[in-house]
Amino acid sequence: MKIKTISRSSADYVRERVTDIQKVQRNFDPLLHPQEKAREYTRALRAAKLERMFAKPFICALDGHVDGIYSIAKNPLKLDHVLSGSGDGELRLWSLSNQKTLARAENAHDGMVAGITYVPSTQNKFISVGADKFVKVWDFSLYSDFNTGKNVFSAMEPVTHYTGKEAFNGIDHHRNRDLFATCSSVVSIWDVNRSEPISNLVWGADTIRTVKLNQSEVNVLASSGTDRNIILYDLRTSSPISKLVMSMSSNAISWNPTEPFVFAAASEDHNCYTFDMRKMDHATNVMKDHVSAVMDVDYSPTGLELVTASYDRTIRLFDAKRGHSRDVYHTKRMQRVFVAKYTMDNKFVVSGSDDGNLRVWRSEASQRVGAKSSRQVASLNYMSTVKDKFTHMPEVRRVLKQRNLPKDISKAKRTKTAMLEARKTKEENKRKHSKPGSVPHVSERVKPVVGVTFK
Amino acid sequence: MSTIDIENTTPSSANPAPKDVTIDLSSIKTFKLAKKPLKKRKDLKKSTSKTKKQTKTANKESEYEKQLALKTKKYIRADSIPSAKGTKHKKEKILVTKNIDNVKMLAKKAARAEILKTEEPGYIKTQGMEKSFKLTQKFIERNVDINTAQKRFDLALKDFGPYFIDYTRNGKFMLLGGRKGHIASIDWKSAKIVSEFHVRETVRDVQYLHNESLFAIAQKKYAYIYDRSGAEVHCLRKMIETQAMNFLPYHYLLAGVGNQGILRYQDVSTGQVVAEHKTRLGPCKTLCTSEYNSIQHLGHSNGTVTLWSPSSTEPLVKMLCHKGPVNAIGIDRAGMYMATSGLDGQLRIWDIRNYKVVHSYHTFSPASCIDISQLGLLSVGHGPHVTVWKDAIKTKAQSPYLSHLIPGSDVTSISFVPYEDTLGIGHTKGISSIIVPGSGEPNFDAYEANPYETSSQRRENEVRSLLDKLQPEMISLDPTFIGALSEQKSSSQTLAEEKERLINSLKSKDPLKVKKRGRNSAAKRMLRKKQMNVIDAKKLALINQIEKDKKIRQMQSNTDKDQASGPLSKFYNEKLRREYL
Repeated sequence: MKIKTISRSSADYVRERVTDIQKVQRNFDPLLHPQEKAREYTRALRAAKLERMFAKPFICALDGHVDGIYSIAKNPLKLDHVLSGSGDGELRLWSLSNQKTLARAENAHDGMVAGITYVPSTQNKFISVGADKFVKVWDFSLYSDFNTGKNVFSAMEPVTHYTGKEAFNGIDHHRNRDLFATCSSVVSIWDVNRSEPISNLVWGADTIRTVKLNQSEVNVLASSGTDRNIILYDLRTSSPISKLVMSMSSNAISWNPTEPFVFAAASEDHNCYTFDMRKMDHATNVMKDHVSAVMDVDYSPTGLELVTASYDRTIRLFDAKRGHSRDVYHTKRMQRVFVAKYTMDNKFVVSGSDDGNLRVWRSEASQRVGAKSSRQVASLNYMSTVKDKFTHMPEVRRVLKQRNLPKDISKAKRTKTAMLEARKTKEENKRKHSKPGSVPHVSERVKPVVGVTFK
Repeated sequence: MSTIDIENTTPSSANPAPKDVTIDLSSIKTFKLAKKPLKKRKDLKKSTSKTKKQTKTANKESEYEKQLALKTKKYIRADSIPSAKGTKHKKEKILVTKNIDNVKMLAKKAARAEILKTEEPGYIKTQGMEKSFKLTQKFIERNVDINTAQKRFDLALKDFGPYFIDYTRNGKFMLLGGRKGHIASIDWKSAKIVSEFHVRETVRDVQYLHNESLFAIAQKKYAYIYDRSGAEVHCLRKMIETQAMNFLPYHYLLAGVGNQGILRYQDVSTGQVVAEHKTRLGPCKTLCTSEYNSIQHLGHSNGTVTLWSPSSTEPLVKMLCHKGPVNAIGIDRAGMYMATSGLDGQLRIWDIRNYKVVHSYHTFSPASCIDISQLGLLSVGHGPHVTVWKDAIKTKAQSPYLSHLIPGSDVTSISFVPYEDTLGIGHTKGISSIIVPGSGEPNFDAYEANPYETSSQRRENEVRSLLDKLQPEMISLDPTFIGALSEQKSSSQTLAEEKERLINSLKSKDPLKVKKRGRNSAAKRMLRKKQMNVIDAKKLALINQIEKDKKIRQMQSNTDKDQASGPLSKFYNEKLRREYL
């Protein structure tokens, strides 16, 4: 006869000293965890609610510009530094962590600063273009002042400047060569050491709004014009590759940093499109939700998300693979937003609007920077996992999706959906009363594309 | 391992290779030449031994894998495995397969974590003619360690019996209530009284709430909630003449049923009465909760057992279990089997997945109470006897596992202690605690119930469990329905069905008939006028509208005539309509 019973020694289960952490015995047997699914669901719902409770995306508004901000450049080497150019020709260098202006150049341009770009290989050098037909190269660097002994920024005068023939609309720098591209009615390629552009790229005749050089596939650049075109050029042959004609013109272009053949275009038709440059007969994704023209688009450094700035006074964040925005940011005082950029650490979004304020936002509204304890990290990880697991549940989804929008925007949204619905009904009616097949269904991804031409 | 080593170290003893070489060689040249094959052969031998070793370790690994695969089965939740069958899109398929892999990986990890379980379940191993049911508690007490022996005790409480007994979820505290009003909450392992008082009223049932800090007592008229110090915290005036109570820890619901035959659910965190269901089967004394899905099982005097959830006013299931009144019910923790006993002298085991009887046992006297332990031991109290049965649920047992006699008493309440090999018995003469090896789950999960909980952990768990409180609507027969997708019809399928429904509804009426009688409306005329074969959104909307209007009219005709007539009736009707819409 042998008898054994459960006989636990408390020493195995209780901590030895008060300074120790409590011992936690686990048993993953499903029988010990009844109704785990319902409990997980409840936790998911709680996590969703907590996420919305902590969603405070706005960090600060940096004021100083007298006119609206129409161009922003982020420093590729210094996380903290951001440049902004305003409508009255002022340039400002901001420190985001200190939330103040480090240096400024008043009357950098006569009229609007149309574009700014950092020289990627340097920390302080940047180039700006304006409506005054000037290209100016600047160097905002710290030096120690003799009299005060303090570190101050160098004199606010350009290092060099070049003159162009027309007012410029945009600028972008080559990733690793001393080249930059500007756009006016032509796309001009400049060498830093020459006073004249080394080549002019033209295909068609109209104002070109924006030019962007691919930062990974460094010899490719894209421009978009008011004639509804997006043209891709190759720097090696100094000739265009292909032209994409869209139904509405694009205001901005952004290359995907991790997928070099993908770019996003911010369109006048309230949508943002992503294209594969190898096959442009359809968009790879259509990002809807804005109720007015999209003015700017920027990929996050990871290439997974997009930020768009719109004329409807909002900023939206999109998952690059999804059709609707993940989040929408707005404030009472923010006017038409003309530029929005992700910071290089993927954590913040900087926006410039008509009201002359530079605004800093969190890219994840409920996330907080700063050190977290390991338990907090574990808890956050758990919460995000259960949230993901149950996002398909109506209650959880409702909590996560709900956003309060300004009245005019929600009204515009309603009007827009009604209009689109009416259009759809009309098309449906047309289809109903036509010969079968004569009114085909056209995919939303094909709709914006009028045609593609190759050279 | 040792056998392999021997093979490795002694290759030459049975190796004829060098011998062969020496015999064959005569000249130096050939000897030189012969060196090579010698080497080669050695190499060959080595390599073969290596492969042997490898295959052996591989076998060992596969043995381990086999064991692991067996263990893993337990951790794979059937509902959590998605099927890739219906997926059309390539990306979707990838996602689903990834999910499946994840589920399997997690199950495997959980199985591998079993190595961290330190405790083994208890047992009685008999040899030859020895019978475990012949063992007396005295004998067991003498043959176990002192720690366990302390768990065997009797409390002689002759004055206020018979006693009801309940344990907290972690098994640390014992609540006992004498029929004549004696209440005590005890830290039974260290024999410390937490609180003891007398309510001077009939006590019908006792029940701990989420932890030892609160407990409910069903008294003569109302049920009351007391705190750990014995102070009355609440009087539950809705719980009238309650005979049996149960607490649902995840929902914070106290379910009670009594002489009125009404099953009531009261939320103890908000005080709200969540549901009141009339059983219409007379007074009820037998109530048991399934741990698996929180469904209440009620045993009635006509021999039926009914299954209830707060969301349904009718029983979910009604099963005739006995020819006489149902005395006691017990449910195993997996929610698969139910044991019932009736006054007809039967003890039956039911499969509650398909509501069929598995085994029927005959008891000498009708069993008054039943409990099923965590590891599936069935204990039955009848008269002064308590018998414990092993393997009586899945197989038909021939003899009991253990039996215990409390002479001259009547057993009223029995309860296995969670995570302990102990059974608590409440009877007319007091309380007994007996040792039942192999009844309790040896390895607890500190996040569910921790017998070594500190007060700060208890407080933290209280808050956490309140945050995770489940809604009463989540109680259903299948607890995994939450988060599952309903069978979705394809859009074309639903469209076709809608079309068919519409055509049928149109066909049933003669479209050109001018209606002479009944209600005529513009909408209906419009419907009649339009072409038969065109079915569009407008037409669908019209049909819906007509149906809605009809419902409203029906509703209005049903409402109180007094309120619906008179000069202000118009507004009242309008309000009703709005509410409906």
